[in-house]
Amino acid sequence: MNPARKRTVRLTVALSAAVVLASALIYTSFSAASPALTPSQLTRQAQPGRSYQVTGTVAKGSVHRGGSGGAILYFSVEDRAGGTTIPLAYTGTVPDPFREGREVIVTVEKQGSSYIGERNSLITKCPSKYKTAPAGENQNA
Amino acid sequence: MAGLGFACLLLGLAICAYGIGASVYGVRSGRVEFSESGRRSVYALAGILTVAFAVLELAFLRNDFAFNTVADTSSRTTPGFYRAAAVWSSQEGSLLLWAWLLSMWSSLALFLTRRRMRDIASYATAILLGFGGFFIALMVFYANPFATTRPAPAEGQGLDPLLRFPTMMIHPPMLYSGYTLCTIPLAFGMGALLARRVDADWIKAIRRFAFAAWLFLGVGILLGARWSYSELGWGGYWGWDAVENASLMPWLTGTAFLHSLMIQEKRGMLKVWNVSLVLATGTLAIMGTFLVRSGVLNSIHAFGGATLGVPFVCLIGVLIAGSIYLVVSRRDMLRSEHRLDSLISRESAFLANNVVLVGLCFVIFWGTYFPLISEALTGQEASVGPPWFDRYTVPLALVLVLLSGIGPVIAWRRATLANARRNFLAPLATALLTLVVLLTAGVAPKPLAIAMFCCAAFVFGSIGQEFFRGVRARRAMAGESVPRAFTGLVRRNRRRYGGYVVHLGIAVLFIGVAASSSFQHASELGLSPGQSTRVGAYTVRYVRPTATITPRYDAAHTGSTLSLGAVIDVSKGGRHVATLNPSEGYYASQEASQGTVGSLIGGQPVSHVSMNAGITRDVWSAIEPDIEAPALQRIVRAGNSALSPEEALVAIGYLAREYLKHPPQAQFHFIVSPLVMWIWIGGLIVFGGGLIAIWPTPSVVRRRVAARSRARAVRGLARA
Repeated sequence: MNPARKRTVRLTVALSAAVVLASALIYTSFSAASPALTPSQLTRQAQPGRSYQVTGTVAKGSVHRGGSGGAILYFSVEDRAGGTTIPLAYTGTVPDPFREGREVIVTVEKQGSSYIGERNSLITKCPSKYKTAPAGENQNA
Repeated sequence: MAGLGFACLLLGLAICAYGIGASVYGVRSGRVEFSESGRRSVYALAGILTVAFAVLELAFLRNDFAFNTVADTSSRTTPGFYRAAAVWSSQEGSLLLWAWLLSMWSSLALFLTRRRMRDIASYATAILLGFGGFFIALMVFYANPFATTRPAPAEGQGLDPLLRFPTMMIHPPMLYSGYTLCTIPLAFGMGALLARRVDADWIKAIRRFAFAAWLFLGVGILLGARWSYSELGWGGYWGWDAVENASLMPWLTGTAFLHSLMIQEKRGMLKVWNVSLVLATGTLAIMGTFLVRSGVLNSIHAFGGATLGVPFVCLIGVLIAGSIYLVVSRRDMLRSEHRLDSLISRESAFLANNVVLVGLCFVIFWGTYFPLISEALTGQEASVGPPWFDRYTVPLALVLVLLSGIGPVIAWRRATLANARRNFLAPLATALLTLVVLLTAGVAPKPLAIAMFCCAAFVFGSIGQEFFRGVRARRAMAGESVPRAFTGLVRRNRRRYGGYVVHLGIAVLFIGVAASSSFQHASELGLSPGQSTRVGAYTVRYVRPTATITPRYDAAHTGSTLSLGAVIDVSKGGRHVATLNPSEGYYASQEASQGTVGSLIGGQPVSHVSMNAGITRDVWSAIEPDIEAPALQRIVRAGNSALSPEEALVAIGYLAREYLKHPPQAQFHFIVSPLVMWIWIGGLIVFGGGLIAIWPTPSVVRRRVAARSRARAVRGLARA
């Protein structure tokens, strides 16, 4: 094989390997991803055994601890505009800014009529770092 | 004062416009005085922005709440140290910091290159001033740090308690220095393409800045990890959060560039690749800033609807389109002078390292921007979590660490079998020995962690061998003592041996990461005083509750009103190991609706983590007391209805006493993590190695002195 041809072959092999790897990556990202939904969308389309990322506000008066040693945090997530709420049971780290009325993002899975939060998946949108708060957030009263 | 600050911004904008015009005209028409003037306008910009930054800093220190940013992110109860750092906690302030650091670093870069590469430097001046102008325009038109409200409020909102951590003083400036320094290679790279001078000169000129950018960014990232580990109550140092990823991406491409530029310097290869890496690094740095400022992605560094998305998208679009156009239109000049001789050579090891680093960057890029990609393609926003990132980054990291051991010892051009035997025997033996020791010592079967330990051992073997051989050679030639030979070796070739030290540090760091992520024990549960639990090999016991009321400063000087905590006894096999004191701080809020007592503790609570850090393991603890307990809430309610704001603190005293007398069950989070400290030690080694490499070598200094005396001699001759 002459050198130029050898280089072309090498380049083709390298490029096809890169393409195969990239497609694997892209394929898995779609199958491993959890769709981001609001509670009302979730109640309509959730299927058991699939994980979803739910975004909404923590419903007033819904937060309490349970389970052995209070390891489970129960709370409900409400549509940002109000309305539909879903109850969920969560274990794991609770971010400091978590409280009623705050906007949270949590990965959940449907079990029966309620939802189980994935361990350590709770994220709180910190309202006070930059002042432009989402509508309805009453932080500068 | 606010007027002065805003006037500085307007003047800065004018300087940018003038400077861009002057330097472009200067280089196009060949009139050097205009290029000179363009460069001087960068110095002027640095001066004017220094004044603006000082005005804002002073406003924070003087509690001038007429400034909106001061009223939003500072307060009288915020301790002075954190008031000084609060400047960059707001959107507006951090833009000003960005612009200021950019002008300072640009001035330094242009000052150091003032006698070289006049055409490239002129274009670079224009590009850097373009960035400066962009950020100043953002401040002038969208987020003015000098906006005021009259009459001034009596008290501000206070700095977010999460940000009241000493790292706050240094983490953002470090990160921003890294970001802004990334734009300097970008500007010179574009300048070189525009001026059609793409030899190794511009690379030599900006090498040190690329390295500084890499170093600052790396330190900034590690400080952020450290902050997350010891301040945020989750006990992790990396969570694949969008903003973390944004800072990692330019660091990865920067690392790739620092390696591949050596191939261009030595062999005249990979020119397209290098210039693309430089442009990508700069663009990724801008995208990192965009990600934080635009709020397009969910992150724990969250931001309600921020408004700066559109201008940033325009800037990034221009950067990408411009980069592609320049590289494609100049491709004839970017031809390699040599070809790859063999697949088993240092060139190809470097190439492999580049492929892995860029691959890592691609994985992280895809995962970070996946919510946007998915929404664009399927109409459904979706995101990938840490397990997805881990699946790809862990194997790539293993290969990367292995390559950092192979690269330094493999021969240039073509490695022979004899060369391989000579260089790889010791590192391979070290790795195998490590494997045998780990397996016989009965380490839990975590294949990925064990593979990482072996790769790290390989690096120790190969770097150790390099140092050993270097020292031996010097001793044989000059008969020096070992320490003298060692320091002499490093001083003679700082870049090479500094680089080796960096590799060593990276290996140490990854040992820490692998051990702490694979062999960690964690426990989250509720405990009452007297109860205990086991975490790994340790027993932790909740001895008694603690409570402090500190109207002005708590023990950690973060300005909390009340802090509730616990004394935790840690023991192992019946022997006392440590006493921990985690607590949660409660801060005043400005919400009148919470009542006089409620508003004193109604702000965001923040965990004060307590840990016993050690060489072999950290015992980490955080507490979440039940402040919502009925008995405590009764006191708050009673106080709210009966007490005026001046007397409200009395109720907090009652609350603390009630908590101590009848402590409700509290939630605890314990982690026993092995070898975490080696992450920070590894980081320090990397930093040390970086400083060694970046310091001017004695030969450079000597050459400069020689050049100066030669010039003097020539002048003398001319006069004679």
